[in-house]
Amino acid sequence: MAEIKKIATRESYGNALKELGAEFPELVVLDADLAEATKTGIFKKAYPDRHIDCGIAECNMMGIAAGLSLVGKIPFVSSFAMFAAGRAFEQVRNSIGYPHLNVKIGATHAGITVGEDGASHQCNEDIALMRTIPGMVVMCPADDIEAKAAVRAALEHEGPVYIRFGRSAVPVINDNPDYKFEIGKGTVLREGTDVTLVATGICVDSALGAAEKLAAEGISAEVINICTIKPLDEDLIVKSAKKTGKVVTVEEHSVIGGLGSAVCDCLCAKLPVPVKKIGMQDVFGESGSAAALVQKYGLDAEGVYKSVKEFL
Amino acid sequence: MNNLELRKHANDVRKGIVTAVHSAKAGHPGGSLSAADVYTYLYFEEMNIDPKNPDMEDRDRFVLSKGHTAPGLYSTLANRGFFPVEDLKTLRKLGSYLQGHPSIHIPGVDMSSGSLGQGISAAVGMALGAKMNNKSFRVYTLLGDGEIQEGQVWEAAMFAGHRKLDNLCVIVDNNNLQIDGPIDQVCSPYPIDKKFEAFNFHVINVDAHDFDALRAAFKEARETKGMPTCLVIHSVKGKGVSFMENQAGWHGKAPNDEEYAVAMVDLDRIAAELEKEGEA
Repeated sequence: MAEIKKIATRESYGNALKELGAEFPELVVLDADLAEATKTGIFKKAYPDRHIDCGIAECNMMGIAAGLSLVGKIPFVSSFAMFAAGRAFEQVRNSIGYPHLNVKIGATHAGITVGEDGASHQCNEDIALMRTIPGMVVMCPADDIEAKAAVRAALEHEGPVYIRFGRSAVPVINDNPDYKFEIGKGTVLREGTDVTLVATGICVDSALGAAEKLAAEGISAEVINICTIKPLDEDLIVKSAKKTGKVVTVEEHSVIGGLGSAVCDCLCAKLPVPVKKIGMQDVFGESGSAAALVQKYGLDAEGVYKSVKEFL
Repeated sequence: MNNLELRKHANDVRKGIVTAVHSAKAGHPGGSLSAADVYTYLYFEEMNIDPKNPDMEDRDRFVLSKGHTAPGLYSTLANRGFFPVEDLKTLRKLGSYLQGHPSIHIPGVDMSSGSLGQGISAAVGMALGAKMNNKSFRVYTLLGDGEIQEGQVWEAAMFAGHRKLDNLCVIVDNNNLQIDGPIDQVCSPYPIDKKFEAFNFHVINVDAHDFDALRAAFKEARETKGMPTCLVIHSVKGKGVSFMENQAGWHGKAPNDEEYAVAMVDLDRIAAELEKEGEA
C-alpha cells in the first residue's frame, strides 16, 4: 500500500507565502518571534527584507499590519492562534476589522494538536472569536493542498481574512486533478443519504474515516468539507441536510461558537434538523501527544464514528 | 502662516469643538481643547495634505491615537476645508458620518481609532511602510498622557525606536488629567520624556499653546535622523474655555445651553482680542 503523504498545514502556509512572494511584491510577512514555528521563516529566508519580526508583542504587531496595509502593503500576520486571535482579539477587531483593512492573519498551532505544550497554548476559541467580527473571512484548511489554495485566495481577496493552521502533520486528502478552491464554497467529499458529517480542518480526515466505518455497517454518511467557516456555504449544507435529515459537525475547536455553531445558526433559520456537535465539549485541553489528545477527546475517526452511532 | 493667523484658526477650532460637543450632548471637550493648538499647527502648517484630495498618495499621515478627542480633529479638518464646518453639529448623531470616535471613512481621517494604545501601532506601521517603499512622507500620531498607561504604547515605542523610524513623530498631550483625576495620582506615567528617551526616541518638551515653540519643535523633529521623535506637549486641559480649564470633570462631558453660552463668550472674547492684535 502506498504511504499517505502527510504535511502540517503551517508548513504549507510557509511554502505558500514563499511562492506568492515572487508574484506579489507588496506581500509582507509579520511575526512575533515565532518564525521558526509558524513557518514564516521559509518566507524570511527568501525575502529577508519583507519579513518583519515584531518581537513578542502581538497586539502591536496587529496595529503595524494595519498601518502597513494603509500604505499599500499586503501584510500576512502570524503567531499562534492563542495570541493572534486570543491575546490580540481587540486589536484585530478595532484596528483591522472595524476599518476593514486588507490584512491577512495566518494563525498556526490552533486546537489541541499543539500537543505537549498543553492547554495554555491550545486555542479552541479562535474560530468563535474571529467569526463575530463583521466582514472577517474565516478559513480552516484541511490539508496541504487546501492550505496553499486558501493562502492564495486570501491574498487575492480584498479585506481581512483569518486562516487557521495546525502544528501536526495531517494526510493530504484533496490530491485530485479536479480540485478547485473558492472562498465560501464547501465540497462534498463523499456522498451519502443517512447522515451529513460537516467537518473542518484536521477533522475532515476523521470524518472520512468515520464514514468508512459507518459504511461497513450499512450506514451511508455524506461528508462535507467546510474550509470557509465564514461566509458559510449554507446552500450546500441545507441541500445535504434536506437529503439526510441529520447533521453532525466535527471540529478541533470548542463546540461553542465554532463550525458547529455556524452550522446550527444556518439550519435553525433555514431547515431545523437534529444536529450533534463534535468538538471540545466546553473543556480545556492538556499535555500529551497530538495523536493521544485527538483520541482522548474523540476527534479521531473512531471517536467520530462512535459519536455518530450514538446520535443515530 | 504667521502665529496670529494660527491662533485665529485655533480659536475657530475651539469654537467648533464646543459647538459639536454641545450639539451632540456628549463627547470629550477637555482633551480636544488642550490639543487644539497642535491640531491647528499640524493641519494648517506642518503636514503635507490637500483637503481637495484627502487620499493623496504621498500625503503626510496623522493617526489620532487618543481617539476620544475626535471633536478636536473633526473641527480642525472642517476648518481646514475637508468638509463643511456646519456638519460638526451632526457629531455622534444617528446617520452622521462624524462618528463618536474617528472612522477611516471620514474625509481626512487616515485611521479609525478610539481604543487607546492602538493608534500609535498603526502609525508605526505606516512609517515602516513608507521606509520600505522609499517614500518621504511623514507620520504623526497624537496620544493622551493617560493613554500611555496602555502597555501597547510601549510595544509600539520599542519597535519604532528599534527600527529607527525617523519619519515618525509621536506627540503626547500632557495635560496631566485623566477621567479619574490627575495622572500622577491615578497611575503615574512620569517621567514621560525619560521613558521615551529610554525607548530610543529623540524627545522634546514643548509648551503646547506656544506656536513659536511648536514650530521649532516640529522643525527639530523633521531634522532628527536615525531615531523617531517624541514631542511631550505641556498643555492645559480645557484650554480656552474658562470653566473647563484644568478640570478633570470636563474630560468627557458636554456643556448645557448656559455653559455653552459662557464658553462661546470666552472664545468670542479671544477672537476679538486677536482681531485687535491684528489691527495694532
